[in-house]
Amino acid sequence: MSEALKHFADTYLMWNEGYLIWISDILIVLASIGIVAALTYFKKWKWLWRNWLTTVDHKKIGIMYLLAALLMFFRGGVDALLLRTQLAQPGEHFLSAEHYDQIFTTHGTIMILFMAMPFLFALFNIVVPLQIGARDVAFPYLNAISFWLFFFGAMIFNLSFVFGGSPDAGWTSYPPLTELGFDSGPGENYYLIGVQISGIGSMATGINFIATILKLRAPGMKLMRMPLFTWSTLASCIVIIFAFPALAIALALLTLDRIIGTDFFTMYHGGDPMMFINLFWVWGHPEVYIVVLPAFGVYSEVVATFTRKRIFGYSSMVASLMLIAVISYFVWAHHFFTMGAGADVNTFFAVASMMVGIPTGVKVFNWLFTMFRGRIRTTLPMLWTLGFIPNFAIGGATGIMLAAAPGDYQYHNSYFLIAHFHQMLIGGVVNGMLAGMYYWWPKMFGFTLNERLGKWAFWIFNIGFYICFMPQYALGFEGMQRRMYTYPTDMGWGSLNFVSTIGAYLMGIGFLFIVWQVLYSLRHMEKDTTGDPWDARTLEWSLPSPAPHYNFAVIPTISDRDVWWEAKEHHHTSDLLPKVDQIEDVHMPKNSARPFLLGLSFFVAGFGVIFNWYVLAFVGLAGIAACLIARALEDEEEYVLPAEEIVATEQSLGRV
Amino acid sequence: MKQGVWRRWSAISIVATGAIVLTSGCGSKYFVLHPAGPVGEKELHVILWSAVLTLLVIVPVLMLLAWIVWRYRDRPNNKAKYTPEWSESRLLEIVWWGIPIVIIGILGVYTGKVTFALTQPPEKDAKPLTVYVTSLDWKWLFQYPGQKIATVNYLNIPTGVPINFELTSDAPMNSFWVPSLGGQEYTMPGMATRLWLEADKPGTYYGHGANFTGSGFADMSFHVKAESPAQFNAWVKSVRASAHPLTTAGYKQLRKPSTVGDLTFSSFPPNLFNNTVWAEGGRYMQNSMPSMSSTVSTLGKNRGLTNHSN
Amino acid sequence: MSITPASASHHGRSHGPLEYRDPHQAVKITGFWIFLATDMLLFGCLFATYLVLRTHTDGGPTAAHLFDVPGFTAETFALLTSSFTGGLATLAMRNGNRKWVMIWMVLTMLLGLTFIGLEVQEFVADVGQGATAHRSAFLSAFYTLVGTHGTHVSIGLIWMLLTLIQIARRGLTAKTARKLFVVNLYWHFLDVVWVFIFTIVYLSGVVM
Repeated sequence: MSEALKHFADTYLMWNEGYLIWISDILIVLASIGIVAALTYFKKWKWLWRNWLTTVDHKKIGIMYLLAALLMFFRGGVDALLLRTQLAQPGEHFLSAEHYDQIFTTHGTIMILFMAMPFLFALFNIVVPLQIGARDVAFPYLNAISFWLFFFGAMIFNLSFVFGGSPDAGWTSYPPLTELGFDSGPGENYYLIGVQISGIGSMATGINFIATILKLRAPGMKLMRMPLFTWSTLASCIVIIFAFPALAIALALLTLDRIIGTDFFTMYHGGDPMMFINLFWVWGHPEVYIVVLPAFGVYSEVVATFTRKRIFGYSSMVASLMLIAVISYFVWAHHFFTMGAGADVNTFFAVASMMVGIPTGVKVFNWLFTMFRGRIRTTLPMLWTLGFIPNFAIGGATGIMLAAAPGDYQYHNSYFLIAHFHQMLIGGVVNGMLAGMYYWWPKMFGFTLNERLGKWAFWIFNIGFYICFMPQYALGFEGMQRRMYTYPTDMGWGSLNFVSTIGAYLMGIGFLFIVWQVLYSLRHMEKDTTGDPWDARTLEWSLPSPAPHYNFAVIPTISDRDVWWEAKEHHHTSDLLPKVDQIEDVHMPKNSARPFLLGLSFFVAGFGVIFNWYVLAFVGLAGIAACLIARALEDEEEYVLPAEEIVATEQSLGRV
Repeated sequence: MKQGVWRRWSAISIVATGAIVLTSGCGSKYFVLHPAGPVGEKELHVILWSAVLTLLVIVPVLMLLAWIVWRYRDRPNNKAKYTPEWSESRLLEIVWWGIPIVIIGILGVYTGKVTFALTQPPEKDAKPLTVYVTSLDWKWLFQYPGQKIATVNYLNIPTGVPINFELTSDAPMNSFWVPSLGGQEYTMPGMATRLWLEADKPGTYYGHGANFTGSGFADMSFHVKAESPAQFNAWVKSVRASAHPLTTAGYKQLRKPSTVGDLTFSSFPPNLFNNTVWAEGGRYMQNSMPSMSSTVSTLGKNRGLTNHSN
Repeated sequence: MSITPASASHHGRSHGPLEYRDPHQAVKITGFWIFLATDMLLFGCLFATYLVLRTHTDGGPTAAHLFDVPGFTAETFALLTSSFTGGLATLAMRNGNRKWVMIWMVLTMLLGLTFIGLEVQEFVADVGQGATAHRSAFLSAFYTLVGTHGTHVSIGLIWMLLTLIQIARRGLTAKTARKLFVVNLYWHFLDVVWVFIFTIVYLSGVVM
């Protein structure tokens, strides 16, 4: 009995791997007990189920995405600090090679797929329907499914750390290293299944928001009157629906190789690992634009609001968004200039990659000239935006350098590359998402975040960023490769690595300041009673903070691009307020437990596949089928919200 | 807090200056910036030119940003112009669509030229030396088909002679990189790729696998010793005379995942490299850096198979 | 009013095809078109994989000696005809003729079942000759591409059955009409994909 128990503990709980695992196991158990106890003690189970787990309200789904993104930011950040601690000095033995490999894999996967993606979905959800004057997204039920698929995909992925072992072949997961012959543990399966499940959710989100933006705009909101954040969401979603299928196929085929023994990417029977690499980057490069385009949207909103000026060159901004979306499909091979394609192929992809610099450059100039002759208020969203510009300029420059193919032969897979893409993803995406979070926080929660603590967070994080990543460019020129768990003393890489590690810890402290800021602001709440704390420009600021669950009592008619700003300028904000006699009954989508159960079924099925426990997989698949069939046969998916109730709510908000 | 922008600016410029000093700095540790051969030199030219051309844009942008943020800060007594409705200017937009287009145009043409130029060594009298490179878990096997010797984790090359590397892998894919001599190329199972490098100066150069291959990856370093052709020939002779042969059984042993030190072999099993490439229906990357007359270009024909180029 | 914009529901179209009359249902058709775009790309990636791997037979069976001309011709015939009958069901739906909707749909499903039956038979015969998905990269790609299409068709059959149950229960409403329209859209899409499989996989397989 005890032998069997020990075998189980060593195989699945990795109890023999040392204190990092023990600490995590204990922390997870304690945290779970804590959450269950707190929910029971405060009698919040029903509240959790009714208000959150079964909700189809885009605002609540957005908040859940945000929470998940911040938690994953924390997990990915801890991974990063473990990596940097290991690399702080040559010949370090803090982590073993195996653990280091697992941690850089989970760091990359989590940051891009389980931090950046939910963060931008949070903003899509919270902002887009309010900006275009809609009561919800086009398919609220599907929206909930998207969230729960993301959630359970992320759960599966994170579970690997304490049950069975993490993936350890990098977030790019190149075969044949990831084929059974070289990587037999469940870790790689966790990666394939976890990312696949959340990827299905992402595709659904893409479809949902394209339909929302194309079909649910308030009357009068022509395409060229849409706020730029909505435009960027549209561009990003178009890229999502055209890029994610490639990832789904790459992962599915690799899964088939591992589960049923096909030979797509193996070294045997004519398998072709290059095909995976191509499919992966056909998704992978557009993915970078998927996450950065919404950040561009945030910057456009923030810059216009905090300079009290119309955005400069709106049409150029729209054109450049769309141009980036299109070019993003023609650059994927720059991830493997060194794979032996001909000079013609490499030149094509080199020039195409450089061309991305044209529309992004235009955007930077337009932001600058929006600020020019404006009045710049350095609030938190604006600070993160101002921090972004130099970051992105330097990162963009090194990006063009990387695109020059012969140069790339020397940068490829070196720390120069690492520094470059962190500069784009942190300086571009994280800055943008945080700017967006600060900007729309009052709209989500009805209070603003403390400025002083936020400024500390900003400065520490940004200074930490430069200290962390500038030395890595130099390390690339010194010939240091990525993904080495340690390096010898005589290479002379020690001092720059040590500096870089200091920077990483500063960024960690910066993140803790954000946490402190949120907790502090929860206690010392500065309520936003106006609905428009920033003196902003677009439609969402005409609503109270937070918006009532039906969003608009009466759908407004849009007459201008910056509709709320124009209304304030010309003193007719009352046009955007509801009149009692216009308020009618509204059909709202019903809450449903099924999206949650569907996600859970995917989780069970995925878990079965990961460990080749086919009975479990079958149970999960049956659950999925049951949820889908029940939905298909459902008749009433909406309920009527009576006009009187809306009038009462609007009266209590002082709007009618 | 408004002055914070300046404070941050100074922080950035300190770090940036630091980075520039470091990267342009002396110290031969900056392999990429101190190439020891013509390929690395060409690549360094591209690196420098692309850096200069992008700096032409980002330096003005950063200066403009600093000036604008300072000039138009929101202070009650700020007398600077304020035009909240001004949002279009055809002329300005043409300027900043135009500038990047011109710069990318110049850089694109230059990049294309160098990319094509690097596919072959310039015409020379020196007959190139062919070296077969096989990446294994976690070691490098180098075979000299002309000299009929083999080494592991180090290779000696003559200076002033282009080296024609033919690369494959008998393990997960890796990348062959000697930063002092020039850029890298993937080694892939079931495929052969090509790369040519050359050392002008004698010396010992650092090399390492650049594509992650699992837990032994960090140990996949090797060194390249460039010496005069006479010294090289002497070395070949001594290897032939003194080292042991690499047998098929020995290769099987070598193939198993492990890390080893430097090894030297006086011979290797015939066709070992080709057999590795073709073991499982492999093929030759015809387009990759096509060098002069290649031994392997006839390989496909011998096998009665067509070459693919993807 | 519902979550769809006021303008659309106020001026809800009283004419035009039944499935588009309720704007709330029309949005779902838009959404489905977008979904078809992603599904098309899914197949696109599988086609690309197949095209790259189709010569990687590793000495095993090749396309030319595996594919059975009468077999895949019959499959093509069954599926193309089912698409036609599905189209007739949509027309009957627009005329509000529930009986004929049911008849055409049952016929469509029978043809779909025939297709699946033939495909399963073909796969079983191939595997009997030792041409399993493990044999070579070419066969892995072949079974995955054609099998993914077959899975889509099977799901389509279940979906049609569920739609028919609803039409039987609730009659032809704006909602059931939209559902019928969408499932037929899906069916036509699978037909188009099959045409590509027919030409790229089977025809060029036996010719080249």
